[in-house]
Amino acid sequence: MKDKIRIASGQGFWGDLPSAPIDQVRLANAKSPIDYMMMDYLAEVTMSIMQKQKLRDPKAGYAKDLVEVIESILPDIVEKKIRVITNGGGVNPEACRDAIFALAKRRGIPIRVGIVLGDNILDTLDSVLAHGHELKNMETGEQLTSVRSRVLSANVYFGAMPIVEALRQGAQIVITGRTTDTGLTLAPMIYEFGWSEHDWDKLASGTVAGHILECGAQSSGGNFSADWKSVKDFANIGFPIAEAYPNGEFVITKHPKTGGMVTRQTVAEQLLYEIGDPKEYITPDCIADFTSIQLEDLGKDRVRVFGIKGRPATDSYKVSMSYNDGYSAQGTLTYTWPDAMEKAKLSDKILRSRLKKAGCTFDEMRTEFLGVDSCHGPLTEVDYGQVQEVVVKFAVRGQDKNSIIEFGKNIAPLILTGPPSVTGFAGGRPKPSDVVAYWPALLKKTAVIPRVIVEEVK
Amino acid sequence: MKVQLLQICHARSGDKGDAANVGLIAREEKFYSLIKAKVTAAAVKKHFKGICNGKVERFELPNLWALNFLLHNTLGGGGTVSLKQDAQGKTIASALLRMEIDVPPALMKKQITKTRVVKKRK
Repeated sequence: MKDKIRIASGQGFWGDLPSAPIDQVRLANAKSPIDYMMMDYLAEVTMSIMQKQKLRDPKAGYAKDLVEVIESILPDIVEKKIRVITNGGGVNPEACRDAIFALAKRRGIPIRVGIVLGDNILDTLDSVLAHGHELKNMETGEQLTSVRSRVLSANVYFGAMPIVEALRQGAQIVITGRTTDTGLTLAPMIYEFGWSEHDWDKLASGTVAGHILECGAQSSGGNFSADWKSVKDFANIGFPIAEAYPNGEFVITKHPKTGGMVTRQTVAEQLLYEIGDPKEYITPDCIADFTSIQLEDLGKDRVRVFGIKGRPATDSYKVSMSYNDGYSAQGTLTYTWPDAMEKAKLSDKILRSRLKKAGCTFDEMRTEFLGVDSCHGPLTEVDYGQVQEVVVKFAVRGQDKNSIIEFGKNIAPLILTGPPSVTGFAGGRPKPSDVVAYWPALLKKTAVIPRVIVEEVK
Repeated sequence: MKVQLLQICHARSGDKGDAANVGLIAREEKFYSLIKAKVTAAAVKKHFKGICNGKVERFELPNLWALNFLLHNTLGGGGTVSLKQDAQGKTIASALLRMEIDVPPALMKKQITKTRVVKKRK
């Protein structure tokens, strides 16, 4: 058993800094080693985008950027023995693996790749429902029947264990579909340290490490709210690395001579990110108690995290479904001094009047004044008379597509038929785009079985 | 004395469905009991009048000198549906840091931070 392993965060979401995973691997050396790199590509809405891509092309439906990243790092990860774990397989891990095999063959580099399947229950949804699993909306309690015909994607969140199995079978790259972000980091700890799947405190520790790594640089100085001006060299920000020990403790750090910083405060901010009840951080692997977490700032971009307690996992998986919920569109105009806000407010009044006259119906129309109070609303203290220029943003959503199209046709006319000193209309008429809504549910773990396939290309 | 939370706390926010979460962290341990006493769920609900349309839940994380708030019915339907500029509640954290609370002057003796609030231009 190794006495410690170092897990690097390479990507916090699909579209994160492209150079980050390449730098994590490039900068790895004897003084700052990397054993694993995790990359998170999936957000709630991502699966529906990938599902649509797969419908158009059976060989699509995964994060194409991932294949580009692997192309860049392949020789290095083989030489440095770095194993890569990612959920970038989206709704088509097989196709993602095949693309990686194709490039490995082309480059003449043998590589062993594992995939995790079984999370995608879109095709078996009716059978799941027929077996008595209701898949009620966790937040509203509604029955799925109200949106069943409009479901675009349905995926179970698997935890760390299928990845552990792929690592046991020798995979150097593990590609999953919908896996929890935290499972990507927890899995190598379970595998390397031989943790039992009932050692709740240790599983909770690995889960907390995963929560700190899963948003990339958000734990190493990015989006840091305290004294953000003291963060050095954002341009070369170093993504976080978790240095994990067999007893569950770990240290968050980053490669030397990179930008950003790791302090008690940067780690604490990420720990609080997007959590609910801190005593009940529920994953398929365990329930982690975030109130038990202790932090010690060791200096020099090293923060020790320890004392973490966990409880037994629940008997359910979370299911993430997406469904079509009408259309939306948005457009902007810019009004300038004098009377910028008065003009912008009048433009909104005119637009609403014209859309009403045209018989348009929307679920919601929202107008915001960017640069003035669009985010902090009534908490802002702005003297409207002093506003030098304002971007007015009109947005609508609704079930009637024609109303949304009509909205798009009525933005530009405001320039010649409304208040003066207005500009900033570019990019043509706003077009309707599909609104994809999110349906979280629970499903008994016995209803789905993860499948792990590990193969090698030579 | 009245002190803006920005002076003694830092924060991060994000989305949980149609709820925004805000983690409010004391910059120093000595401020934790103070924010625990003053930044109640009711005070936060009042602060976010016109923004948060649901209930406010509060959770305590003393080890991290932090409070976590869930502001329900705040994001205009949630990340993928919302028409809001801040559909994911990313700026709710700085909105909370605008709040002012009463702080014993003795606690504020040492300058905590160089962060200044930029005065409104007249």
